[in-house]
Amino acid sequence: MVMVTDSTSAMPIGPFVGPLPIPAADRTDSAASRSGGPENVIQTRDLSISYGRFRAVRDVTLDFKANCVTAIIGPSGCGKSTLLRAINRMNDFVPDCSAVGSLLYRGRDVYAPECDPVELRRRIGMVFQKPNPFPKSIYRNVAWAARINGYRGDLEELVERSLRQAALWEEVRDKLNQSAYALSGGQQQRLCIARAVALQPDVLLMDEPCSALDPIATARIEDLIHELKERYTVVLVTHNMQQAARVSDRTAFLLMGDLVEAEATDVIFTRPNDKRTQDYITGRFG
Amino acid sequence: MTPREDLYQPRLRRRRVVGRLFTWSCAAMSLIGVGVLAVLIVRVFLDGYPSLSLDFLRRFPSVLMPETAGIKSALWGTLWLIAITLLVAVPVGIASAVYLEEYAADNRLTRFIHLNIANLAGVPSIVYGILGLALFVRWLHLGRSVLAGALTVSLLVLPVIIIASREALAAVPDSFRQAAYGLGATRWLTVRSHVLPAALPGIVTGVILALSRAIGEAAPLIMIGALTYVAFVPAGPLDDFTAMPIQIYDWCDRPQHEFHQLAAAAIIVLLGILLPMNAVAVAMRAWHNRRKVW
Amino acid sequence: MSTRGRRIREKGIETLLFGCALGSVVTTAGIIWVLTSESVLFFRAVSPGEFLLGTRWAPLIEPRSYGVLPLICGTFLASGGALLVAVPIGLASAIFLSEYASRPVRSVLKPLLEILAGIPTVVYGYFALMFVTPRVLQPLLPQTEVFNAASAALVVGVMIIPTVASLCDDAFRAVPRSLREGAYALSATRLEVSTRVVFPAALSGVVAAVLLAFARAVGETMAVTLAAGMTPKLTLNPLTSIQTLTSYIVQVSLGDTPAGTIEYHTIFAVGMTLFTITLLINVIAHRVMRRFREAYE
Repeated sequence: MVMVTDSTSAMPIGPFVGPLPIPAADRTDSAASRSGGPENVIQTRDLSISYGRFRAVRDVTLDFKANCVTAIIGPSGCGKSTLLRAINRMNDFVPDCSAVGSLLYRGRDVYAPECDPVELRRRIGMVFQKPNPFPKSIYRNVAWAARINGYRGDLEELVERSLRQAALWEEVRDKLNQSAYALSGGQQQRLCIARAVALQPDVLLMDEPCSALDPIATARIEDLIHELKERYTVVLVTHNMQQAARVSDRTAFLLMGDLVEAEATDVIFTRPNDKRTQDYITGRFG
Repeated sequence: MTPREDLYQPRLRRRRVVGRLFTWSCAAMSLIGVGVLAVLIVRVFLDGYPSLSLDFLRRFPSVLMPETAGIKSALWGTLWLIAITLLVAVPVGIASAVYLEEYAADNRLTRFIHLNIANLAGVPSIVYGILGLALFVRWLHLGRSVLAGALTVSLLVLPVIIIASREALAAVPDSFRQAAYGLGATRWLTVRSHVLPAALPGIVTGVILALSRAIGEAAPLIMIGALTYVAFVPAGPLDDFTAMPIQIYDWCDRPQHEFHQLAAAAIIVLLGILLPMNAVAVAMRAWHNRRKVW
Repeated sequence: MSTRGRRIREKGIETLLFGCALGSVVTTAGIIWVLTSESVLFFRAVSPGEFLLGTRWAPLIEPRSYGVLPLICGTFLASGGALLVAVPIGLASAIFLSEYASRPVRSVLKPLLEILAGIPTVVYGYFALMFVTPRVLQPLLPQTEVFNAASAALVVGVMIIPTVASLCDDAFRAVPRSLREGAYALSATRLEVSTRVVFPAALSGVVAAVLLAFARAVGETMAVTLAAGMTPKLTLNPLTSIQTLTSYIVQVSLGDTPAGTIEYHTIFAVGMTLFTITLLINVIAHRVMRRFREAYE
């Protein structure tokens, strides 16, 4: 009998076998510039994810390219969030959840036994639907993950850099010690983005980041995503098609767990290949 | 440009090891309480078992001859106490909870009563004994009778019953009530035939736990003058009495080892009543939580 | 039944129920009235200053002295010691139950802890006197007396572990899941999430839990009476016998003290002190608890 369920400690101690591949932005010779096209940072091959006996994601084969914003759209309950959470193994915390098939991060299988989820989540950050800052000061929110992971550089500089990347610095620079809860919804979400980029991840997963925000805050975050993709690979789940059209470079359409189509965004929204995509985009069903 | 790797020193192996240590120490600490419980029960059992017999239940205590002492008077005193407390505290407690949960508007008076009950739940049992002494023994001239004792203990457990019943009633979803009102039922009818039955398991659990608390209390009874050496069974509510916890206390207080053994035997009997009661209450709560229709 | 008859009956039932609810207010009023009126008689003979500041408590033997500080000191020694036992163990149990234990483990451990809470205090007193002192304390520390504060503190501590554990468990579970998820997504291990996110977020709930447990320990009577003895003294030595507020009241009640004498009135003065202390702690605890709940609802 397993007495303690602790998904993070069920894995053997240690990161991937061998050092983790260095993200493209840090390499002096980027594979992207060498091969002449963006590489695949994340790839799924026939990935199926089930909750108990219910298959939420069915045989999905999808690529996510470096420094691209890939949007995953589809009606409620189609498995978008499940797919997203599989990438950084947040599904480990759901008791009945199991995955079949492969999900590769830079060529290594994320669900392999030698993959350490905690190490993985350092490379793959996540922003959630509802802003969830810690009940601490703004500074400590941003610095928290860096501290835990033994950041040896200048912490204040890191906090400022992250808040700038999240387009929040000017608004909070003189109240860093205030509680994060004093911020508005949109500001809290940008704080969560700053918190995630403070770890300098490779990939940023965003699970409907604007659905709890008003239109003005939404617009600000959409602008932010444009800037973020310079540094990070972004995967965005959204139920708002117009947002996907505005923000993303590639779009994948999921329906009832199946990947219907994945194309460049302008292609999907103007000349989709599949009739179901056409129906969804034109609002035949929601 | 320096690779990011150099700036972070995640020390994952160390964090993992510390995490493991922490988990196991928390688990070990959790088991300390259980361990002490086991030692206690084993100890009491070993000490008291030799004196335990059917005669033990049927004989009266004796100061001179511990070999022939029994807990008959204490046992019957406790039974009388439970019976009267059941008749007094349970209806009043449930009625108060029904009023506060179903009838009362959310105004200052109601909140004050609620706060009051929460504070009463935290008042030490011996203070209830002082109140009982002044109110029931002196003012109402009930003397040191089992009725005075039971009334005092009722006051003690009333807040427990009220709080548990309120929680049980609050847990019944509003749709139950709306459905009944929609069919033209009065408030009392709704409560009596829809809400109370649905809340019953929670209420019963609370009542059982309250009663087991009442059985175990000695301090308030000592305050109102319950005697420690009683060689008769109460024949009516106005008779003098003693109770199991008091008898145990008295025997523990004596220096002779034989009396300590008797105390242990009496504890076995007392736990033999209380532990099944608690187990039933806990099981009922678990069963109710599992089969909750809502 | 006619509509009017029904309405009368409804009103009657409501009044009856209201009467029952009001009973709690009457009880509190009764407690305050009894304690105050008899204490007033006490304070006619003994000045409040002597009572609250005197360092010798000897109301029943010559020379008489009515300083309550030794009793308060004994009470806090026993209860404080109980907290030293109950808080680490209760907190660790709560962390284990809410953050680590799987559902089958939780469903066994939690009821076991509740059973611990259901054991009467006289039984703990017996355990302290017959086992903890002779078999645990005296072998380790030979200067331990037969009656001592430490054994009382140990068993009362065990007695309130379930209180601390269950209230802290409630506090931890009140912390929203989204906070934990956010922390895990930031590459934190379970230990870090539990200790650096959940625990700080639940801190005021934990403080309220500790205060409530402390109040319970202060009010504890029978276990302390059996284990700690009846010698009031102003001391911090846990290995010697002491007397607490509660065990003094028991001592006087067991003796033959005629009503109306000053010794009789000491019951109410000491009772008043005890009631005030526990009331204060409970009020503060509930206020802290309410502030904690408001933050998460």
